[in-house]
Amino acid sequence: MPKPPFLKTLLIGALLASPMTQAATAYVSNEKDNTLSVIDLETLEVTDTIDVGERPRGIALSKDHSKLFICASDSDTVQVMDLATQRIIANLPSGEDPEQFALHPDNRRLYIANEDDALVTVVDTDTHEVLAQIDVGVEPEGMAVSPDGRWAVNTSETTSMLHWIDTETHELVDNTLVDQRPRHVEFSHDGSVLWASSEIGGTVSIIDVDSRQISQKLSFRIRGIHPDKIQPVGVKLSADGRYAFVALGPANHVAVVDARSHEILDYLLVGRRVWHMEFTPDQKYLLTTNGVSGDVSVIDVDAMKVTKSIKVGRYPWGIVTLD
Amino acid sequence: MNKLPRLLYTAALTVPLTTNALATSLEIEIGYVGFEPDHGPVLSNLLPEPADTGFKGVELGILDSNTTGRFLKQHYTLRGLSTDKADEIVPATRTLYDQGVRLFVLNLNREQLINVATALPDDALLINAGSQDNRLRTHDCIPGLLHSMPSRAMLTDALAQWLAKKRWNRWLLLEGQTQEDKAYADSLARSAQRMGAVIVARKQWSFDTDLRRTAQQELPPFTQTSEYDVVIVADERGDFGEYVPFNTWLPRPVVGTQGMSPVTWHRVVEAWGAAQLQSRFSKLANRDMYGGDYAGWAAVRTLAEAVTQTGSIDPANLHRFIMSEQFQLGAFKGRKLTYRSWSGQLRQPIPLVHPRALVSQSPQEGYLHPVTDLDTLGFDQRESQCSVKGDS
Repeated sequence: MPKPPFLKTLLIGALLASPMTQAATAYVSNEKDNTLSVIDLETLEVTDTIDVGERPRGIALSKDHSKLFICASDSDTVQVMDLATQRIIANLPSGEDPEQFALHPDNRRLYIANEDDALVTVVDTDTHEVLAQIDVGVEPEGMAVSPDGRWAVNTSETTSMLHWIDTETHELVDNTLVDQRPRHVEFSHDGSVLWASSEIGGTVSIIDVDSRQISQKLSFRIRGIHPDKIQPVGVKLSADGRYAFVALGPANHVAVVDARSHEILDYLLVGRRVWHMEFTPDQKYLLTTNGVSGDVSVIDVDAMKVTKSIKVGRYPWGIVTLD
Repeated sequence: MNKLPRLLYTAALTVPLTTNALATSLEIEIGYVGFEPDHGPVLSNLLPEPADTGFKGVELGILDSNTTGRFLKQHYTLRGLSTDKADEIVPATRTLYDQGVRLFVLNLNREQLINVATALPDDALLINAGSQDNRLRTHDCIPGLLHSMPSRAMLTDALAQWLAKKRWNRWLLLEGQTQEDKAYADSLARSAQRMGAVIVARKQWSFDTDLRRTAQQELPPFTQTSEYDVVIVADERGDFGEYVPFNTWLPRPVVGTQGMSPVTWHRVVEAWGAAQLQSRFSKLANRDMYGGDYAGWAAVRTLAEAVTQTGSIDPANLHRFIMSEQFQLGAFKGRKLTYRSWSGQLRQPIPLVHPRALVSQSPQEGYLHPVTDLDTLGFDQRESQCSVKGDS
């Protein structure tokens, strides 16, 4: 594969984005409304709602923050939105029913989970070419690429496995069996550890990346909530390496975990059916998408308190933030 | 419809392996035996249930298990047959057994299940994916038999909880003339007692006119009794029940086998990732997924999950694992599913649906249980004579 013109892309991106200097912003995909809600992170208010393709779920930023990739699941495409103009500028050949994806550090290769087809599709976001399709388990969902770019890891929900894809050869080289219905994978910032949530199993597996073996399994207990309803989905790690946050779905709580000792420190009550999360660019706040209540909860990370909820569209799913 | 006895279809379904079959690979054969009788004509014949209900769910379960299995060098093969001739069932099952099949998914009625269980040696693992008969869970207690299909009591309790939550406690019960209708109505009577509801009248529908033309004349007087909050229909085949809604004497909702129904599965169920299962199924079968399909799928997934976790294909090992605390089945109902140790029944939430939407899902919030709220549906341990686990 040719070396991507990495620097050039960055510069062009910066030039394009510069006329639109504005406060930090969050984009939230609303699965049942076919829209994105735009939240101004200064005022914590929704400032705009943008129409996109059908059933938008996973969303991700390009590394230069000039573009937003949107899994429009029922339109069977990944849309590319230019953030300066907020227009859809391309539809990538994503394979059917894309749900989540992850962008390689090279800012070109996008790894897309095709939920209905038991495939991972790799697309070059510059040329719009499909580079590879890799067979994985039933209902691929979570995707993550390791910080060094070596691994793409996919979770398949009904197969209950993590699939390790070598990004050089695009071959599946190993599988790690985890608890039922793995939803999300997240690499630690140094790339040595992978966190994987199992929604129905009710656990988070902490996996040593070198051996690809589970080193520890976390389970959660909240007074007054039946253990079956504690269903981990999203996982987010703070940049300073202190905390892991785990969204517990219909338990309506986010677990705060010490990312080093793996001790569970607290449970924060958020909106209903909490799914995915993102930090604000300054890492001061963590935003959660709450599918059933149709809002975004704002967690003040220093105070470890939920300070606000912001009404968005129906079934908010994915979230990104940028300066 | 063809009245002659016929072997409807047999299937041997395999999916090519993409990984090399190494010496450590496992070959798992699953037998499917289905009874597809000709039920005879019904008044409401607009939307008949597909003949291959159950079988298609098993087929999808095999496909899903092979997609998983190829990463573990496990390969599942379906050895299936369906027949409308009751006396073929036991010999056909026995033939599969003699050919080495030990894991069976059975879409049969109660008597046939008992006959098959009696005819096969003890080392076969059987899952009932067809019969909702309460007696199988309370009195028959066939050792080793699992049930992926919910019992009638689970369905009627699911409905009764919802009605109790609504405080619709006065029921008018209308039942058809078949044994199944009576069983459903009896199950409703038990649920009414559990939930403190009163059946103000229990009436049997015995008219033989064509209701498509006269429902407006026949049903209002038939439903004219003392005050009721809701009309409950027990008509499993859908003979007259489809004509009850909007034709009752009092303006009341209709629930039960028609109107709003407690079901194993329905096309309107889409939460908890179910949309993916629905779309996989409709791609395979070119139709919607029914309760029988779901029970068939869940039965195969139960076996495959146990094989994956134990690395064994020994029926006794698998059975032990399925009945253990470690077993958990993700099955698109919002939580992990497990089996009851006394009756071998798969615990599961029950959707309440009308033809175009999901209304609710039981257990209803607030129905508590010391072990799991799922055991508020159907026969709890103390209400059943069974102890099929073997070691208790």
